[in-house]
Order: sequence, then C-alpha cells, then structure tokens
Amino acid sequence: MIPELGHFALILALCLSVLLCTVPLWGSWRRNVTAMALAPNLAIGVLVFTSLSFACLTWAFLQDDFSVEVVANNSNSLLPWYYKFSAVWGNHEGSLLLWVWILALWTFAVAVFSPQLPLVMLSRVLAVMGFVGVGFLAFSLLTSNPFARLLPGTPADGQDLNPLLQDFGLIIHPPLLYMGYVGFSVAFAFAIAALLGGRLDAAWARWSRPWTNVAWAFLTLGIMLGSWWAYYELGWGGWWFWDPVENASFMPWLAGTALVHSLAATEKRGLFKSWTVLLAIFAFSLSLLGTFLVRSGVLTSVHAFATDPARGMFILVFLGIVTGGSLVLYALRAPAVASRVSFAWISRESLLLVNNVVFLVATLTVLFGTLFPLLMDALGQGKYSVGPPYFNAVFIPLMALLVPFMTVGPLSRWKRDSTRRWKAELLVPALVTLGCALTLPLFHEGDYNLWVALAVLFAGWLVVGLLRDIANRVRHSASIGAGLARLTPSYWGMVVAHVGFAATIIGVVLTSQYNIEHDLKMSPGDSDTLAGYEFRFIDVRTVQGPNFVADEARFVVYRDGREVVRLAPQKRRYLASGSVMTEASIDAGIFRDLFVAMGEPVGTAGAWAIRLHYKPFVRWMWAGALLMAVGGFLTVADKRYRRQRSAARDILRQGGVRGAQA
Amino acid sequence: MAPRLKLFLPLFIFVVLAGFLYRGLSLDPMALPSALIDKPLPAFTLTALADGRELSREDVIGEPALFNVWATWCISCRAEHPYLQQLADRGVPIYGINYKDEDEAARRWLRELGDPYRANIVDREGTLGVDLGVYGAPETYLVDAAGVIRYRHVGVVDDRVWRDTLEPIWREVQAMGEQP
Repeated sequence: MIPELGHFALILALCLSVLLCTVPLWGSWRRNVTAMALAPNLAIGVLVFTSLSFACLTWAFLQDDFSVEVVANNSNSLLPWYYKFSAVWGNHEGSLLLWVWILALWTFAVAVFSPQLPLVMLSRVLAVMGFVGVGFLAFSLLTSNPFARLLPGTPADGQDLNPLLQDFGLIIHPPLLYMGYVGFSVAFAFAIAALLGGRLDAAWARWSRPWTNVAWAFLTLGIMLGSWWAYYELGWGGWWFWDPVENASFMPWLAGTALVHSLAATEKRGLFKSWTVLLAIFAFSLSLLGTFLVRSGVLTSVHAFATDPARGMFILVFLGIVTGGSLVLYALRAPAVASRVSFAWISRESLLLVNNVVFLVATLTVLFGTLFPLLMDALGQGKYSVGPPYFNAVFIPLMALLVPFMTVGPLSRWKRDSTRRWKAELLVPALVTLGCALTLPLFHEGDYNLWVALAVLFAGWLVVGLLRDIANRVRHSASIGAGLARLTPSYWGMVVAHVGFAATIIGVVLTSQYNIEHDLKMSPGDSDTLAGYEFRFIDVRTVQGPNFVADEARFVVYRDGREVVRLAPQKRRYLASGSVMTEASIDAGIFRDLFVAMGEPVGTAGAWAIRLHYKPFVRWMWAGALLMAVGGFLTVADKRYRRQRSAARDILRQGGVRGAQA
Repeated sequence: MAPRLKLFLPLFIFVVLAGFLYRGLSLDPMALPSALIDKPLPAFTLTALADGRELSREDVIGEPALFNVWATWCISCRAEHPYLQQLADRGVPIYGINYKDEDEAARRWLRELGDPYRANIVDREGTLGVDLGVYGAPETYLVDAAGVIRYRHVGVVDDRVWRDTLEPIWREVQAMGEQP
C-alpha cells in the first residue's frame, strides 16, 4: 500500500510540475499576475509530493519490503539500518528519485528565498525549473519506476546492497553531489529566464550568483567525498582515476568554476554577458550529459549504473530539448553587439578572462577524452580507451598555466591596471616564495624533486599574493582587527577558496611524488619498513560483522622503536552476495597517511599478499577541496545579497508592489 | 547578420555531439569487435618475461590455451591470480600477456604469488593489446589449437565464470582438437 502511495505522489508531483512549467510562463507572457503568483505555490506542492514519494521508498527499504523490486535487488534484512537508508539511492531508480527530490528542494528554495526578484522573473525561473522537473519525473515514472512490485514471486530476502556502497562516505556522497549537479539548474533557469525576458543585466548576475556559488560548493564537497571514498574503500590507495563517471561530475565543476568567475565580471562590470549565459547553459548541460553517460551504458566505467538503452534514449532526447532548445534561444536572443563597457588589457577583467579560457579548455579536454572512445567507435575506427596518461598530460599544464594569473587576480584593479604596480606588489613575495620552493624539497630524504619545488612555488605564490592583498586592504584601517572585520564575506570566501586551491596543489603533487608503495608477501611475524615506519604483521583472526565475515590482519607500526599506531585491515566476505571486499586500514595524519590493505592469501602457511602505502600530504588535497567549498558557502553570507532581500521585504510591506513591478 | 550567426555556433557543435551520442546508444562498449571472434590470434613478436627471448604467435599456438591479460597495477588480477593457479594445476595451459607493466614488478609478482603461466608475453607498449582490443586488465581469451580466438572474457575469471561460460567452450575446443 505504502509503495503505491509513493507512486501516486510521484504522479501528482509530475502533474504539478507540468502546471508549474506552463501556467506561470503563460502568465509572464500575458502579464497575468494571478497566473504568475501561482508559481511559488506550485513549487511548494511539487516539493511536498516528491518528499512524500521519497519517504515512501525510504519506508519500503527500512521495513524490508522485498515485494518492491529495487528493495529486493539492493537491500537485505541483515543490512544495518543506516545502510538500508543509504541503499535508497544506491541504485538507479532510487538515485533518480533523490535527484528529483533535490530538484524540488532547489525549486522550493528559489521560490522562498527570492522575494527581491520581480514576479515576472521569478515565475520564469520557476517555470524553467518546473520544466526540468517534468523531464526527470517523467523519466522516473516511464522508464525507471522505483515502486515497481515483484508480485507474485516476492523473494524471502533481498540480494543485498553492493558491498562497495556499504560505507559512510556513500551515505552522504550522492546527496551532496546531486545538490551540486542539480543546483546548476538554478543558474541555468536564471539564464533562460533572462534570455526570455531579453534583460541580461547586472541585476540578473547578482541574483543568480549566490545560487551558483552554493551549487558549486556542494559539487566541490560531493567530488571530494567521492575521491576520499575511492581512496579508502576501493583498497588500492588511488584517489582519482579519470573514470568516465568521475569525469561526469568533474566537467560541470570545471564549467561551474568558470561560471562563478565570469558572473563576478558580469555583476561588477556588466561584462561578458552572453558568455556568462552560455556558461550557465553549458554547466547544466554537462550535468545532464553526466547523467546520460552514467545511466545509458554508452561508456564503460567501474561505477556505472545498470544500463538500459531505453533510458539512454530518454535522457538523450531530454538533453536535446533542454540544451538544444536553450542554445536556439541563446542564438536568437543573446545580445550580438559587443558590450560598450571597455577595459584595458592589463586589468582584472583580462585576468578573469584567462581564468575562463583555462577552465573552458580544461572542460573541453576532459569532455574530449571522456567521449573519445565513443567517437572513435561511432566512426568505425575501433575500440579505444583513454586513460590517466592523456588526462594528466593535458590537465596538469593547464592548471600550472592558471596559477600565475590566479595570484595577480585578487590584487588587480578593474578597468585598468599597470604591470609596474603588480611588480611593486609582488616582486618581494615572489622572491621569498621562490626561495622557499627551492629549499623546502631539500628537507625530504632522497633525490631533489623538481615537481615538488614547482608545487611549493605555485601554492606559496598563491598564498603570499592573498596575504599581500589582505595587508593592502587592512593598511588604512585604525587597527588590524578593525580592518579585517571590514572585509566582506564574499572577499573572505574568495580568500578561503583560493587557499584551498593552493592546499590541493600541495596535496596532489606531494602525494603523487613522495608516495611509497610496497606490495609484498607477508606472514605473521614479518615486518617491512617504508619511510622510517616499520610495519609489523602480528596475526590474522576471523571477525564477524553484521552481514559479513572477515579475515582481519593486525599490524603494529613503529617509528624509532616507539609504537605509532595499530592497524587492522580486513578481507570481508559478504554473506548475501558472496562478494569479497578489501577494507583498508588507514592511519590519517596532517603530513602523512599510513595505509595497509590485504590482498589474497598466499600458499597455505598463513602468508598474505599485503599492500603497504606511505602517502604524504594526501589529506591536504581533501582539506583544500573542503576549504574551496567553505569559500563558496561564505560568499552567500555577503550583506549585499541580504540587503536586497530586506529592501524587498520593505517594499512588500508597503503593499503588493511585486505585481506592479511585473 | 554575421554577429548573430556566430551565436549559432554552440548550437551547431551541440547538434554534432548529440548525433554521436545517439550513435553511441546503439553500440555496446563491452562487445568484442566482431571481427576478432573466430579470427586468428593477431601476429606479434614480443619478448618473454622470464628470459627475454623473442616470442611470436607460432610459439604459443598448437594446443587450446587461455591467454590472460594481466598487470601488477591491476588489483582485480591479484584477486584472479589464485584461481588461474588452480586452473593451471588442473592442466589448462595459460599464457600471460603482461600488459603495460614493468618487467621487474611482474617478475616479483610471479615469485611472490606463484606462476600459473606457460610463458608471459611482455606487451609493454600495449601493441598486442590494441590488436586484441583489450579494454583493461584482466581479460582472458580462449584460443583453440589452430590459433583462432573462440571467446573473450572481460573481467576476473573465477569458478563461476569458468564453469558457466569458459569450460563448455573449452571442452568443445578440446574435443575438436582430438579429432583428426
């Protein structure tokens, strides 16, 4: 009964979405205030019914209702309750429902937190989001109904959740990732609404900027969690594989990063308007493309969902309507004449342009690499696989190209600046950083590493540039404290995100360069030393988990004769599916991780294949991503967004001017 | 109207891309290029892992055998390894194709984990892999006595895969070999 209720709620949500994407749009065209004012209410209705539907599916999982097909395929009565909960989105149908629910959440948020928007703009934005909702609700209901029953023939127990997904990281990774993916639909909706209204101005950029920043921050968190999960769960210590599904989330992030920066230029200076609109369309289209790649089976990947050409066809048609339609609209309505605002070559505008070009090229190279096997296959040129060598070869130089400009950016002035001023500001910091970069790698044992020197140079250069800029801004205040307090949240957001980028550079390069990895056969009693840490293999014992049995190896790690940590990696066999999983054991630290994973038993004497890793600075990568996300969230706290809101409330209080504004 | 036309460029690029995506839907990326099923094993001249002497196609055909693509960087190969050992112990000839790997690491692997292979073909550049259409390690090809590829399995060979898919073909290929 409950699953049918969920199914019914989903159908109602679809009906409301159809209304949401038609009635307000008609209202905005006919200047019908009543029809436009319906939009926020419809958005609330869609949220209520998708929430109800989502709750019903969750209930089915928690109650072990194995007559529901997705529950039978992805859950098991032995599964702990929190994994039953996350199993809701550990499969294609459920994750699509999560996607729809998060879209409803964003639509609701726009409806509620945008009182400053003119009603005509708000109704258009919500209508566009309603249209996206119609597509995904129909996709869910027509091709991937999460409430399909197995009647008769209900199995006694479920087939269990894929053990790889039985993990804390996977409870929160998909929701955060989808918050980011779907969040770009807001920027997209604002762009389309602006094109429809024919008003691409600074106000439009100011409205869509906080939404874009928040979506970008969520996406950053989602990608970070995915990488962290791969690191400790897949059991071989890698953290980024350039897998098509990873690329699917990374491309919108790259395009989103470009968008965040070009929105800044559009808001502050009224520049790059058409370009910003195009980026907004591009970022959301890449989210849709990602969905297509993950769920259609056109590319092979380690974590693609169960695939089905009918689903692929549906998303492709939807992608065609959304992206094709918006690009037609763009071609017809975007301002074709160059902006009258001008800027000199040496200016902040140019630097933001460099950022945009670099990130766009990066997005396109990743897109090209991801689709290359498909393109060659479609052209009959045979089967190819594009791996990390290609991506590293093109991506790393691009990022290296970015950093020098990235330091100058915050220091530079709008409109016109001078290289002499930049030199005066940055010459001393540059020399200091260069000195650090050349000497710091000497402290590491072993050969001098040029890549590390370069990474320290880049990261240090970024941070020193930011410090210099903060110092400039604080200099004229009465006290340092007062000066710091005067800096706006959006400025702090920029600083934090850029520092995060610097930390990520350090993390990625140092862990790649200084990583030590031993694969060896070890018997209880053996020991092996890497980077001064002695790993002693004590014994192996059998451990019973809630839904698995495991061989657990016990290691004690010593340094200079003192015990550092005890590690206990496991080799688990899950009872329901019979699949065997490697559970690595990691001692995390600010400057290094120690990582032990078990391979296979070797021979009969109790020896095991063991993988030992020493990974310096690996945490810096995720800490950096975390800082980037925090930076993104911080910008939203800026007063200038809130001021409009309270101003708008004042207007509201003075009598329904909102309708008149339309 | 030229500036306006320029704005159609993104649309044009998207249409081309969508065309490819549409074509992609009807292709199965996991499928072996059909040209290779029931076609001879591609010719090659590569070195042997153990002693560095030259191996060519003629050295490894003549009886039905499995060709297993593996590498030390491939964690699934490690999972697969004990089962290959079992198969080898049962008398199934297995040749290894050490794919895009380092020789020293591969030799250490075989010393530590055991060596189920008749011989290992060193495919450092992945040229044989390209001819075979290798996706990634591990992959296993079933080749009959005449050197014709009869089956390709992508992924780990374990007891279930062997019993359900490979063994029936294996028996058929062996029976064929025994007939004059």
